[in-house]
Amino acid sequence: MKRRAFLFAATVFALPVRSQTPHVSRIDALVWSLTNGADVTPGKVKLALPALAESGHSVEMSVRVESPMTEKEHVRAIHLIAEKNPIREMASYYFGARAGRAEVSSRVRLAKTQRVVALAELSNGTWWSDAVQVEVGEPSCGEDA
Amino acid sequence: MSEVRARVLVPPQVKRGEVFEVRVLIQHGMETGYRRDLEGRRVTRNILHSLVCRYNGAEVFRATMSSGTAANPYLRFFTRATESGELAFWWIDDNDATGTASAKVVVA
Repeated sequence: MKRRAFLFAATVFALPVRSQTPHVSRIDALVWSLTNGADVTPGKVKLALPALAESGHSVEMSVRVESPMTEKEHVRAIHLIAEKNPIREMASYYFGARAGRAEVSSRVRLAKTQRVVALAELSNGTWWSDAVQVEVGEPSCGEDA
Repeated sequence: MSEVRARVLVPPQVKRGEVFEVRVLIQHGMETGYRRDLEGRRVTRNILHSLVCRYNGAEVFRATMSSGTAANPYLRFFTRATESGELAFWWIDDNDATGTASAKVVVA
């Protein structure tokens, strides 16, 4: 009985996560340099950027990860990747259990219309992600960006 | 490089155990290295690339940045109030220019 109930629950709750298409390729050089080849699952991360940015010079960015932020279970880091910037490594933010809340806001530069990906590394070694497409009106880096 | 100015904002008073908001704004050009001056010469890249925040000596937040962070970097994050003391920021840019800023934390 117990095992049947467990198997049922495991199937129901595991399927929706499994069916999500990943935001990044596990073997992308930059992704691999961060994750060491670990699987990156969409979820737990909420990246907020405007869908349309008039100027790419300064765009409000906020990212949050669901986590109890305890010594046993917390977010170690959040990494941002700007897929079409001359430098894709946008920023990395490192936390500890003391942060209390895995959330950070900043202002970012976007060279052109592109997708921004947030990768979060948890204390249990798992990786989670979110991605947002931003349309950029005026690019940020001048004529030769 | 001229003096780097910064502002750190924390609530005037926090309760023990409370998770409070920290905001920091640093005056820095975050020169990308892609911009050209009026004579068409490339302006040398100078990015404030690393920043650390320590709460009474213990690291609570760290950021590494590239040209993907806007000029005059602004960061907003959280930390848990443990005891009264100081929140101290330290940062460094590509020219090895460092800066510091701090704010008092009053735990009631």
